[in-house]
Amino acid sequence: MSTVPLTEITSEDIESLAVGAWILGTGGGGSPYLGLLNLRQLYAKGHRVQLMSPLDLDDDDHVAVVSNMGAPLVGQERLADSRNIARAVEMQQEIGGFQFRAVMSVEIGGGNGMQALMAAAHLGIPVVDADCMGRAFPEAQMTSVAIGGLRPYPCTLYDPRGIEAVVTKVPSWKWMERASRKICVEMGSIASTCKAPRTGREVKDWGIHFTTTAAIRIGGLVREANRLHTDPIAALLDSEGGKRLFTGKVVDVERRTTEGFLRGSIAIEGIDDDRGSRLDLSFQNEWIVAWREGKAVAMCPDLICVLETLSGHAVGTETVRYGQRVTVVAMKAPAVLTSPRGLEFVGPRAFGYDLDFLSVFDAHAGAGV
Amino acid sequence: MRRIGIDVGGTNTDAVLLDGDTVIFAVKRPTTLDVTSGILDALKALRADPTGRGPVDSVVIGTTHFINAVVQRKHLMKVAAIRIGMPVSASLPPFCDWPKDLAERVHGETFMLEGGHDYDGRPIMPFDTAGMRSAARKIRDLGLRSVAVSSIFSPLDPSCEVAAREILQEICPDVAVTMSHDLGRIGLLERENAALLNAVLHDLAVETVAAFRKAIAESGIDAPLFLTQNDGTVMQAETAIAFPVMSFASGATNSMRGAAHLSGRDDAMVVDVGGTTSDIGQLRHGFPREANAVVEVGGVRTLFRMPDLLSIGLGGGSHVDAVSAKVGPLSVGYRLTEDALVFGGTQLTATDIAVAAGLLDIGDRSRTASISKQLIAAALADARRLLEENIDRMKTEAADAPLVAVGGGAFLVPEQLAGVSEIIRVPFGDCANAVGAAIARVSGEADQVFRELSRDDAIAAALQIAEAKAIAAGADPASLKTIEVEDMPIAYLPGNSLRVRVRVAGALASVAAKQVA
Repeated sequence: MSTVPLTEITSEDIESLAVGAWILGTGGGGSPYLGLLNLRQLYAKGHRVQLMSPLDLDDDDHVAVVSNMGAPLVGQERLADSRNIARAVEMQQEIGGFQFRAVMSVEIGGGNGMQALMAAAHLGIPVVDADCMGRAFPEAQMTSVAIGGLRPYPCTLYDPRGIEAVVTKVPSWKWMERASRKICVEMGSIASTCKAPRTGREVKDWGIHFTTTAAIRIGGLVREANRLHTDPIAALLDSEGGKRLFTGKVVDVERRTTEGFLRGSIAIEGIDDDRGSRLDLSFQNEWIVAWREGKAVAMCPDLICVLETLSGHAVGTETVRYGQRVTVVAMKAPAVLTSPRGLEFVGPRAFGYDLDFLSVFDAHAGAGV
Repeated sequence: MRRIGIDVGGTNTDAVLLDGDTVIFAVKRPTTLDVTSGILDALKALRADPTGRGPVDSVVIGTTHFINAVVQRKHLMKVAAIRIGMPVSASLPPFCDWPKDLAERVHGETFMLEGGHDYDGRPIMPFDTAGMRSAARKIRDLGLRSVAVSSIFSPLDPSCEVAAREILQEICPDVAVTMSHDLGRIGLLERENAALLNAVLHDLAVETVAAFRKAIAESGIDAPLFLTQNDGTVMQAETAIAFPVMSFASGATNSMRGAAHLSGRDDAMVVDVGGTTSDIGQLRHGFPREANAVVEVGGVRTLFRMPDLLSIGLGGGSHVDAVSAKVGPLSVGYRLTEDALVFGGTQLTATDIAVAAGLLDIGDRSRTASISKQLIAAALADARRLLEENIDRMKTEAADAPLVAVGGGAFLVPEQLAGVSEIIRVPFGDCANAVGAAIARVSGEADQVFRELSRDDAIAAALQIAEAKAIAAGADPASLKTIEVEDMPIAYLPGNSLRVRVRVAGALASVAAKQVA
């Protein structure tokens, strides 16, 4: 194992990470707040987490991929506990008979953006500056490693009552989602999980790189703008090359649950420059398609983020409410997600929309301002 | 049917007497340091007037006393926290997200015990009653007198919290027990925080309600006392002693409810123009629209229902810049009657502009003679712009809406505003908050997860629970109206799980009965 430069994640960084991960959650993924509380406690006790570049991994390194699985509402009662996610990682080491070099989150968006740091703090290994989504998605097969056709098993699931489960083998990522979801429901619709271990080579080839630093950077910009009373959204768009789609007030929220997902739509009535027009957003846990006058103007996997207009903080699909003043922005999806195979997994059709993916950032798209 | 409404604000204590729906007397007195003597002053003035004598059916007080105690860290007691749900949620114990100074001041002891429930009602672990008994003995030995109990998913199944209270009552019967499911919804930390805040206010609640009762008795009034809650409904004084946190945001709510009552409008925008700020909100079915976000009280995260208000720096005391004609956000505040031009001062204020424009007749109008017509017009235009922009921010629909203008500075609201269909001014608008207290109703709420029920059946079941709670709190069953219905499917849970929150409110039963008679 080579010696590589590590960067310490500071206590300011974890605050910024929580804000940035919530924005990259694109409406889903659950609030990072409880993960942030765990990390504040760990940092107060002297723990420090190191960040390593995915490019510094050796090809044969083992990398743990963690996620807290379950319903966000259950997570408001059964609170994220850093020791649980660390135990799920240890289970993988016991099964595989190896030690992990580092740990990464399956998704940087939402609460899972904090889980890798929580595990790393207990295990004393670094966090890889990467994830498998570059945002949040509702299903386990919606990842860069699934798109890459990498092995989906084994997956460990842990419940703090001492319930430990392993899905040893499945023929596909879809089956892993189905089998692990059943176990998760029995555990109380919440479980700390460690997905199939990855090699350093696999993370270099298929991981979505530098998303932890992106989340910290985005959160930092918003927090700094809040402090200086400047426009956080302008700062974010400027830094990340995002596009402002719409500014307005939420005038309708419709939610329903189908096949265990939160689906629905919201309508936003324009104010300021968008006065007189309306934007509709469809969601499945995350924001999926933005519609203007019946035409899709932005769609998954491009990141559609709904932000509070004044504070720049993210608004989630579970908490968005009538009357909120919001700005909708789009950010470019990682290239692996917009490849032809990527779109099979996470394009509009994967969510039931009969649309050919057209990026907001494509010169031919008529979206935005 | 005569009711007295009292609002104890930061500057003034207002009292109004309502006969039926009509305000027959109103009085303002300065708020005093001890709060109570300000109330007594106002009540004495009211009783001294011929219309203010005679029997009174109820006295309703809206107060910021309890929230101020938390914010100022005063009169708080040390408490024990009991968390039930181990080994789940272990890394985030009670007080984990409190400001350090407040936690240190009130933290007595924490006990974390096995028990609690899952979302579907299955126990996480059997409740550790032996551990609970030992905790109760420790609480007794430490001399702690107030306890907050929180159990995982207690809004779905409160049995662990109830069992904990029974053990406490047996082993240390003098200890006050706050159970989290009485105060909150799903969201363990926020619900637990509400229970802890409630527990630390126990002594103050006992003392304050006793002092309110004393002030009423000393004024010669013999009537039951109620306190208003955050949501514009009332609770009996006994309930207020048990749940002081429920009164946290009653001031702003009362103002909006009073505006609804005085104007007869249940759906409208409201602007309450004070001396320093204007609060803009929206009435829906006669109640203020609630804020969406988590509410922090004294730095503690909670889920209290608070009205969604936009506060802007526009009031009767706002400074007016003689060059730019900009109004506010600085204000002379309570020094208006000394600093404003019309009162002999040297600061040009919004009140001076209004007097110069003939909108208002107070003070010495001749002192405004030097203000140019252009400055008057420009300053009024600036006030108009501030109102139009911010009323629009608070609207939830693009269509024009009626606006009720209340508060001592309502003269700053022009006769017409863009986006506003009509402007409604009401007598006693400067005491809208006390009127809101006087007319407050009784509410009940249900917030639960339902499974294997159609949406309609789930809402009907929740409605039944909410109505039973309202009736238990003193509402007349016939007067109950549904205030709010919210349903939220739960992602990933099987069986079409639906979280439903329903709120109903009605007139006080005794009041309604008398009205019928």
